[in-house]
Amino acid sequence: MSGNSNAGAPRTLYDKIFDAHVVDRSDDGTCILYIDRHLVHEVTSPQAFEGLRMAGRKVHAPERTIAVPDHNVPTTADRVNGIENPEGRIQVAELDKNAREFGLNYYPMNDIRQGIVHIVGPEQGWTLPGMTVVCGDSHTATHGAFGALAHGIGTSEVEHVLATQTLIQKKSKNMKVEITGKLRPGVTAKDITLAVIGKTGTAGGTGYVIEYCGEAIRDLSMEGRMTVCNMAIEGGARAGLIAPDDKTFAYCQGRPHAPKGAAWEAAVSWWKTLFTDEGAHWDKVITIRGEDIAPVVTWGTSPEDVLAITDKVPAPEDFEGGKVEAARRSLDYMGLTPGTPLNEIKIDAVFIGSCTNGRIEDLRAAAGILKGKHLAQGVRGMIVPGSGLVRMQAEEEGLDKIFTDAGFEWRLAGCSMCLGMNPDQLAPGERCAATSNRNFEGRMGRGGRTHLMSPVMAAAAGIAGHLTDVRELLAETV
Amino acid sequence: MDKFTTLTGIAAPMPLVNIDTDMIIPKQFLKTIHRSGLGKNLFDEMRFNSDGSEIADFVLNQPAYRESQIIVAGDNFGCGSSREHAPWALLDFGIRCVISTSFADIFYNNCFKNGILPIVLPQEAVDVLMDDARKGANARITVDLEAQTVTSSDGQSFSFEMDPFRKHCLLNGLDDIGLTMEKATKIDSYESQMAQSRPWV
Repeated sequence: MSGNSNAGAPRTLYDKIFDAHVVDRSDDGTCILYIDRHLVHEVTSPQAFEGLRMAGRKVHAPERTIAVPDHNVPTTADRVNGIENPEGRIQVAELDKNAREFGLNYYPMNDIRQGIVHIVGPEQGWTLPGMTVVCGDSHTATHGAFGALAHGIGTSEVEHVLATQTLIQKKSKNMKVEITGKLRPGVTAKDITLAVIGKTGTAGGTGYVIEYCGEAIRDLSMEGRMTVCNMAIEGGARAGLIAPDDKTFAYCQGRPHAPKGAAWEAAVSWWKTLFTDEGAHWDKVITIRGEDIAPVVTWGTSPEDVLAITDKVPAPEDFEGGKVEAARRSLDYMGLTPGTPLNEIKIDAVFIGSCTNGRIEDLRAAAGILKGKHLAQGVRGMIVPGSGLVRMQAEEEGLDKIFTDAGFEWRLAGCSMCLGMNPDQLAPGERCAATSNRNFEGRMGRGGRTHLMSPVMAAAAGIAGHLTDVRELLAETV
Repeated sequence: MDKFTTLTGIAAPMPLVNIDTDMIIPKQFLKTIHRSGLGKNLFDEMRFNSDGSEIADFVLNQPAYRESQIIVAGDNFGCGSSREHAPWALLDFGIRCVISTSFADIFYNNCFKNGILPIVLPQEAVDVLMDDARKGANARITVDLEAQTVTSSDGQSFSFEMDPFRKHCLLNGLDDIGLTMEKATKIDSYESQMAQSRPWV
């Protein structure tokens, strides 16, 4: 049980966290797993609270439940006056009502600490190593960067967690993704995570929990690790994990909800046991040399449609099986011709933000490219910080000035254009260099075309007016 | 939740791989605070033009498939977002079963909470059922959860794997919150023990 991770056969990090949270195990392996943190947002929770009320149930552990509106919230300054869209306004009002009625930890829309749920959790110290963290949102995988077992759930499961603080789970298989060596200049955490999905496919992780390891992962900051784990779900995995280390502990220490004093010492001593034992069993192993990863972009409508920026748009015939037809459909939707060099694809918009790349380090990286430069003629750009505190930090560092001087809009925190549930959307046919996580048809607005990439690549594309290799810009400035 | 025992119905062929939950129910329909009423927007952007008129060649708009209860789909059906609105929309339209070579994890879980049976079969079996589904309304596929078989209109039968706990819940239409709450004392004792071993949580 929890606290004791030394007994028996060698275990993976995932095995250890899972074992520490088992409340009950049936003979067929079905477990009731305890949930340490439950994050809640306005889109996937109203039906769960309604179900709770209809059954006359309470929230089992409101002190472990954290609510914040993020998907629907406008990112313009006039949101202090409320949400214009009536349906969005009702959803946020429902969350407000539910959070207050059930006594949840709550960050309302106009609180400085509001932001994307996956940015707020770590920022406030709710997310800690060795925890189980769930949310009715697939990008809950983000919290795996802390060595927490974190994954998305549906609304029925949200209701289950609210009512019982547990989930019914079966153990997933263990996959090791090792990124060896050093990254080359211009290559970032986003390129790592996209390169992995490019290699495994969007179903390659189905049935697995991934542990990312290797020198290139250890070298990443906590922000970079969150970017990597965030997209574990795009590879189909239930969760992505990175073993906690001194960087993790340093990030957590002093945060509002992190333990203090003796409790901190006790926590760290347990967290230090959270690593994969020598000789533990892996069901699947993927190894990529960090040196081999180039800055990448997606060309299609699946996150597995990944190529180095130096490549060309592929042809449907380059694929096999069902992917041939899917590629034909993608190319048609994306308005691309096979054989076109990727760095000649012109863009209309740039979006920098989201739970994948909306943290302070992402904004610093983008600002590093944009300083003294301007968006190309005809390109619009939007920068949406991941939380009110990220926004404040960026302003203290003067990054907002760099962005606005470069012609970008500087917005308030929220999910924004990543899924376009608020007014931030692409028009039909508009093409966007985006730091978000999904390039699905219609994701950023009906008919909108999304190319996924890192913040530095998106910033560079904005300046050039077309997809471009950020390494060329870096070479110019050296 | 409605029970799922056996089903004989029209199957719509959707061979596209990686059909994601944004396709199944686009984000503009997630603003509801209810579970019902999403069927009219199922596959909205594939099914309707922006003026609301039907896209004639989309499978569920074709006369033979308007009453489909089963979808035979390409690999990795339901990938992407955790939105349970995807199974809610399928169910509201009348779909009770999806057959594919693979499903995304969260979507797969969500189906069982709503009385929808997702069936994983090998490629060869899905190919046979896809061809059968292409024959239109006269080709009805039969699913038997108790026996764990799918049978094509011409009598070819395929067995599928199913987790016993999930099967039990679907066959009996059980709400798993109720089942977990029967173990409340175990949850309480876990929490007391955790207060000692991980007091910072």
